[in-house]
Amino acid sequence: MAPQPNKRDVNQALAREFGLSADEYARVLDIMGRTPSLTELGIFSVMWSEHCSYKSSRVWLKTLPTKAPWVIHGPGENAGVVDIGEGLAAIFKMESHNHPSFIEPYQGAATGVGGILRDVFTMGARPIANLNALRFGDPALPRTKRIVDGVVRGIGGYGNCVGVPTVGGEINFHPSYNGNPLVNAMTVGIADKTKIFLSAAAGIGNPVVYVGSKTGRDGIHGATMASAEFGKDSEEKRPTVQVGDPFTEKLLIEACLELMATDAIVAIQDMGAAGLTSSSVEMAGKGGVGIELDLDHVPQRETHMTAYEMMLSESQERMLMVLRPDRQDVARAIFEKWDLDFAVIGVLTDSGRIVVKHQGEIEADIPLDPLAEQAPLYHRPTEETPKRAPLGEVADPVGLAAALEKLIACPDLASRAWVWDQYDSTVGGQTVKRPGGADAAIVKIEGRKLALALTTDCTPRYVHADPEAGGAQAVAEAWRNITATGARPLAITDNMNFANPEKPLIMGQFAASIRGMSAACVALDFPVVSGNVSLYNETEGKPILPTPAIGGLGVLEDAAQAVGLGLAPGLDLVLVGGTKGWLGQSLWLREVAGREDGPPPPVDLAAERFNGDFVRGQILEGHVRACHDVSDGGLLVAVTEMALGGDCGAHLLPGPAGVVAHAFWFGEDQGRYVLAVQDAAAVLQAAAFAGVPAMRIGSSGGAELTLPDGATMSLIALRRANERFFPALMEPTG
Amino acid sequence: MKAAIVVFPGINRERDMAIALETCSGHKPRMVWHKETDLSGLDLVVIPGGFSYGDYLRCGAMASQSPVMGAIRAHAARGGHILGVCNGFQILTEAGLLPGALLRNAGLRFLSMDCHLRVERADTAFTGHYQTGAVFRSPMAHGDGNYFADDATLDRLEGENRVAFRYVTPSGETTAAANRNGSARNIAGIYSENLRILGLMPHPEDLVDPLMGGTDGKPLFDGLVAALAA
Repeated sequence: MAPQPNKRDVNQALAREFGLSADEYARVLDIMGRTPSLTELGIFSVMWSEHCSYKSSRVWLKTLPTKAPWVIHGPGENAGVVDIGEGLAAIFKMESHNHPSFIEPYQGAATGVGGILRDVFTMGARPIANLNALRFGDPALPRTKRIVDGVVRGIGGYGNCVGVPTVGGEINFHPSYNGNPLVNAMTVGIADKTKIFLSAAAGIGNPVVYVGSKTGRDGIHGATMASAEFGKDSEEKRPTVQVGDPFTEKLLIEACLELMATDAIVAIQDMGAAGLTSSSVEMAGKGGVGIELDLDHVPQRETHMTAYEMMLSESQERMLMVLRPDRQDVARAIFEKWDLDFAVIGVLTDSGRIVVKHQGEIEADIPLDPLAEQAPLYHRPTEETPKRAPLGEVADPVGLAAALEKLIACPDLASRAWVWDQYDSTVGGQTVKRPGGADAAIVKIEGRKLALALTTDCTPRYVHADPEAGGAQAVAEAWRNITATGARPLAITDNMNFANPEKPLIMGQFAASIRGMSAACVALDFPVVSGNVSLYNETEGKPILPTPAIGGLGVLEDAAQAVGLGLAPGLDLVLVGGTKGWLGQSLWLREVAGREDGPPPPVDLAAERFNGDFVRGQILEGHVRACHDVSDGGLLVAVTEMALGGDCGAHLLPGPAGVVAHAFWFGEDQGRYVLAVQDAAAVLQAAAFAGVPAMRIGSSGGAELTLPDGATMSLIALRRANERFFPALMEPTG
Repeated sequence: MKAAIVVFPGINRERDMAIALETCSGHKPRMVWHKETDLSGLDLVVIPGGFSYGDYLRCGAMASQSPVMGAIRAHAARGGHILGVCNGFQILTEAGLLPGALLRNAGLRFLSMDCHLRVERADTAFTGHYQTGAVFRSPMAHGDGNYFADDATLDRLEGENRVAFRYVTPSGETTAAANRNGSARNIAGIYSENLRILGLMPHPEDLVDPLMGGTDGKPLFDGLVAALAA
């Protein structure tokens, strides 16, 4: 029987409205051999959306290095899985929720956290940490404040309630994000490495089970929205944003983990973007089986929902599972205990098709192989970003002290405490280094010494100026931040946020970033194990800075070995890594000299590896009391952050003769660390022996910072400058 | 010490509490699902932090109607000890086992940070391992921790010496700045009339291991173990 036509006529105009091109719609007609039903067109359009099909990015993503002896599952599963020793696996991924967060900041950010949590616990892991990488527009705009407020509340509102500590992340401000903020959420979980749950369905006749929240009309076509540029009418898209329910998510975590301790589950996947459609299509497709769904059994929150609405809904906190038929009752009892819906909504078949029934009618009947294999794949034209001319000499207009005071107060370097203080970072009782305490957050594994080091990094202004160097830098900085705690970097997840890929310059940014990232991943043995691509991040034709956000994970065999960044008195400060005084694209250049100019600092990957391995060795041998990498703002900002972190002053020596003072202290040369050590001579000797550049730059103590030119700055004044920005922006009356 | 931790749906600091109790007593506490109705034979019942029922209604209001509350009341009537932390404190006030209420934080934002607490009396089962007037550090993490009661109730609590802890500066002063959530008279925790029920907003259970930044919260649990050792 042919599917009944739905209320709207299906034709090329409707297909275009659903985001399918004329070519893509022709391919749909070819696969179906007839005009598809509305539900079928909906399924094709979301499965072939940029968000679900990665049609513009796939050719490039597959060039990323994804293998290492410790990688258990790389890209392709719900999240990446790495072996962390002691029979355990870390499961992690970062994912964007940019478009929803612009339209409805609280719910957009909250459901971003909820979605990435599900990607991780669906694989059998208990989530132990959340991080988030955020980019906002010009702080002077009222809209930016509203978005910052909503996003921070949304992340806290969801993460605090589910009881997963939010331990780290990063925030940048830049006008290119005015109409398009970035909200990238990362979750890390821990599982027994022999009990990883995958999504490939198996067992003809096995029941397909729906658990979690009921289905409503929220988020219909969200994946399509996330695959288009914004225009003036974007506010009208609010109904496509989902609403989060962290309480149900918490119950779902506990119920799923309880069920996962039995042998009931054959396959499981969360219903994320494109909801029931993508979960059922992907589970059946990966398993090489067919699937038949009867939507009459789907738990529904609203009345008179059509098949199209149920298949396209992005209602949150839902999972799809294939169960062993003889364990169905065990599973049902667990979900009933947690007061969650549990419904058998379908069965696996040998048809190789997805068949969707509703009220006795067949609403969709699509062959799965062509739906996956004939999904569009684009080799979009690329255009290289022109190389920036060298900066030449830049005079110092203000001197070291004034520049430092300005830099530590600027939006990109100001204290983030106002934000962190709204995130529960201690729930779970395993947070060894909280936000701001170290270059990477350190979270211990309950009941063991083993700990993870976690960070997110990207410097979008570098990527914009030179996408290849910037891509390499983002990976290198994540590796460096993990190294600076003493941990061994293992793998990354990437969140590729770019503008419209149909523009060659943007696609060129994407391709070059991937090249740079790949080179760094190879040189640092730091493969990509999961990721997400978010394209079309532009509003009214204005593109964001290219932002390949990197989430890094490392491991420490003994959490007690972790070092933080706060200074203690009576130590020597040693700079590891070479300094040429690179001011191109530096924050000093932007904030003090008023220019966004020049090429970004190059990353010498061999030196990066060499310097980092040396620093980690010194930490693990117990010679280092505090360590901080040198990044945004350069060396003087790094030392100031260490001083404020430990509430302990420092006395700095003049730099080497060959580099002008402001370039030495504010240059952003890569691959560098400041170490606070008891015995500088021994560390310098070891560095010389290893062939790593290192020099003593000062000592710690007192309540002020003494600059190499003799100027002194009290920590109280520095702290006041550093802590002013967020409260002044967000709580002007307080 | 026979201890149990009550788990309502949405509670999320039960594992932290179990670790703290085991660290200090050497025994794993019994985990009690909120539908259980028998808490006999226990020395200590703990209601931990979290978001019971999502805190979608007034914090603690749903949990206070849960089946296990009858058993908790019976335990209280027997003179049993009860510790309610954060959401647990909110639940105890909603259940009427402690006076007052916890309102939205004064700044209307969630507050997650370390605070300093002054021990107002050291002669209870909860504070025996602190000195009166001692100041200790504790993490806190809540959106609704602003303790409120009418003046008569507050006067009575102070008159009966039932204030357990106050928010103070590191040197022990009760300033407005140290009282981030805006609690009446800087009150962070209170006792029942018989001093056997303690409710407090901060999380001493998250500071019992030097690796997590200190052991300031450990004396509370060590004191309980010493006081309630059978």
